[in-house]
Amino acid sequence: MHIKEEKKERHTLAVIVDNEAGVLARIAGLFTARGYNIESLTVTDISDDDLISRITIVTSASAPVMDQIIAQLERLVPVHKVVDLTILGPHVERELALVKVAGTGDHRIEALRLAEVYRARVVDATISSFVFEVTGTSDKIDKFVELMGEVGLVEVARTGIVAISRGKEAA
Amino acid sequence: MTAEKSGADILVEALSDLGVEVVFGYPGGAVLPIYDAIFKQKRIKHILVRHEQAATHAAEGYARSTGKPGVVLVTSGPGATNAVTGITDALMDSIPMVVITGQVATHLIGSDAFQEADTIGITRHCTKHNYLVKSPERLGEVIHEAFHIATSGRPGPVVIDIPKDVQVATAKYRKPAAIQHKTYRPALKAEQSLIEAAVEMLAAAERPIFYTGGGVINSGPAAAQLLRELAKITGAPVTSTLMGLGAFPASSDQWLGMLGMHGTYEANFAMNQADLIIALGSRFDDRVTGRLDAFAPHAKKIHIDIDRSSVNKTVAVDLPIIADVGRAMEDMIRVWKARQHRKNDLSAWWSRIEGWRAKKCLDFPASAKEIMPQQAIRSLWEATKHVNPIITTEVGQHQMWAAQHFHFEQPNKWLTSGGLGTMGYGLPAAIGAQLGNPNALVIDIAGEASIQMNIQELGTATQYRLPVKLFILNNEYMGMVRQWQQLTYSSRYSESYSDALPDFVKLAEAYGWTGIRIEGQQELEPGIRQMLDTPGPVLVDCRVAKLANCFPMIPSGASHTEMILQSDDVSGEMDDEAKALV
Repeated sequence: MHIKEEKKERHTLAVIVDNEAGVLARIAGLFTARGYNIESLTVTDISDDDLISRITIVTSASAPVMDQIIAQLERLVPVHKVVDLTILGPHVERELALVKVAGTGDHRIEALRLAEVYRARVVDATISSFVFEVTGTSDKIDKFVELMGEVGLVEVARTGIVAISRGKEAA
Repeated sequence: MTAEKSGADILVEALSDLGVEVVFGYPGGAVLPIYDAIFKQKRIKHILVRHEQAATHAAEGYARSTGKPGVVLVTSGPGATNAVTGITDALMDSIPMVVITGQVATHLIGSDAFQEADTIGITRHCTKHNYLVKSPERLGEVIHEAFHIATSGRPGPVVIDIPKDVQVATAKYRKPAAIQHKTYRPALKAEQSLIEAAVEMLAAAERPIFYTGGGVINSGPAAAQLLRELAKITGAPVTSTLMGLGAFPASSDQWLGMLGMHGTYEANFAMNQADLIIALGSRFDDRVTGRLDAFAPHAKKIHIDIDRSSVNKTVAVDLPIIADVGRAMEDMIRVWKARQHRKNDLSAWWSRIEGWRAKKCLDFPASAKEIMPQQAIRSLWEATKHVNPIITTEVGQHQMWAAQHFHFEQPNKWLTSGGLGTMGYGLPAAIGAQLGNPNALVIDIAGEASIQMNIQELGTATQYRLPVKLFILNNEYMGMVRQWQQLTYSSRYSESYSDALPDFVKLAEAYGWTGIRIEGQQELEPGIRQMLDTPGPVLVDCRVAKLANCFPMIPSGASHTEMILQSDDVSGEMDDEAKALV
């Protein structure tokens, strides 16, 4: 006997929650307990008074499972609202990465040149290394990191995706 | 100005303000301040169980039989972890329950202190919500909010973890006004247009069926009345899940019996052949649907449920309505009448149902000598039905036989562990039900294996002089496990024999109960009579046929129309797909 996989689509969710102890564990635990996957998760407080947080979750699921994920999230007591940005329409997704590259000579020059192409900023430099800050879609960052692999990549730190809808309305 | 009170006193006062009369609990180091506060007051009665799991099931039994929330008080660490099974049980079966757990003092949290457990972490996913209260100022408000969450919307368990220093520290307490939670607002009333659409679908249906569940009972006694009226004005048949038994009277002509894995032939065939299923407070559980791709292939489906995540979870429905099921039924009846719909001519549908009924699927082979377990349940029902007893069960064959052969006329009389299927539920649940209904006849229908999981609660019933009756169908097997092994694993009875059983009669006597043994047909009815005539708690060890199977049955991975009946030859081996499903 073999276990069958079903077809999945990638969705980006914005989840607005009360900024209370354990809320992240509640949400992350819901995903593991019900067998949903998390590709990326970012969370931070977004209000002046530290009371509200915005969690951006990227997940992959079939359409009915996606509907379940949203219903299950909405059922949690500290959740204010859940928005499926992928379904809602056009939206902007961004991720920030810090990329450390070490090297000398041609590699160093090539790294700087590529950084310029990708609009990465140098935020730290030594005689034999750079730290680049690069922002963009995950694809762009993937590609930049891949290229840096050729010229002395040492370490990468990524924020995960944040997203917001286009246009004047709040989601 | 109100004086400051200790956290423990605030807790007791808040519980009292919330109308709590009974708390089921067990003391320990981290709740000593609360126990001292309980000692000094008379408003709340504390019931001392013998194991924390039993406190949770007793609270469930109390809640399910009275409609009020069940309240549990246990200590930190093992007190809390022992309660986890009952908390999960209450989550699965939507039982309103508030569990107060002691915790080590706040400065010790995270230090692996004595009897410390991460109660909030452990219970996060088996509660509707949980709280760690770090200051006595917050305590009163949290307790009131916890009761609001546990009892409203889809009910469920809520845990409040209170560190010991918070129980001792003082603050002011004032009873809060009605709770308006900032995020938690369960939908109660359905959109009118959806109700109208449901009524039109119902009026147009040729083969409708009501598929009702525990939600009808949770919605309150009025919902059960509304279901009767809805069934009456539409003439449609009614079936129910295990959790929903009693919402519709079993004596009605329109009652088809329970559906699902051990449901009746007529209920499952009617579901399979219906053109419209109206799901009322039920959740398309796998024990109900059987094989999903073959479930009700001809039916449009209306699903009324208070929990949006129950809708379209396993079965896609045509018309989802998120609302309290009682209110939605009330609206449907009003629209039905306003539009002057009359009962459809369902005679063709009913004549097909009569054909399925003629299978007499609940018949069982007679035995001249041995007591058939089904017969024992029927005799128990015949002897007690005039007093509308409250029945609790453990989990297994006896539970399904009770669901099939004991018939209920009213809601809140049938208490069983449905979703989680927790062996050991029945005796503590019976204790809780008896406390909530002092004048009712409360019987736990048990198996000899399940009952041993919380047998220590015999002592609790003795201590509080609770006249619960414990009726054990003793077949010396974990019968449902054995039945599955017979059906699926060529009768290889791996570890399912109940060896080294105690002498239940002597055990009962040791706890101060009356013990009765029933052996052989001729003793069945007199034995039941003796149980009912004996005041105080009575245990009956009813020796039944050892290898009887519970039928009808939808085997693992099969559809509603592939039911096994009593007469079918069943022993054999199943393929891996079927083995993996259950």
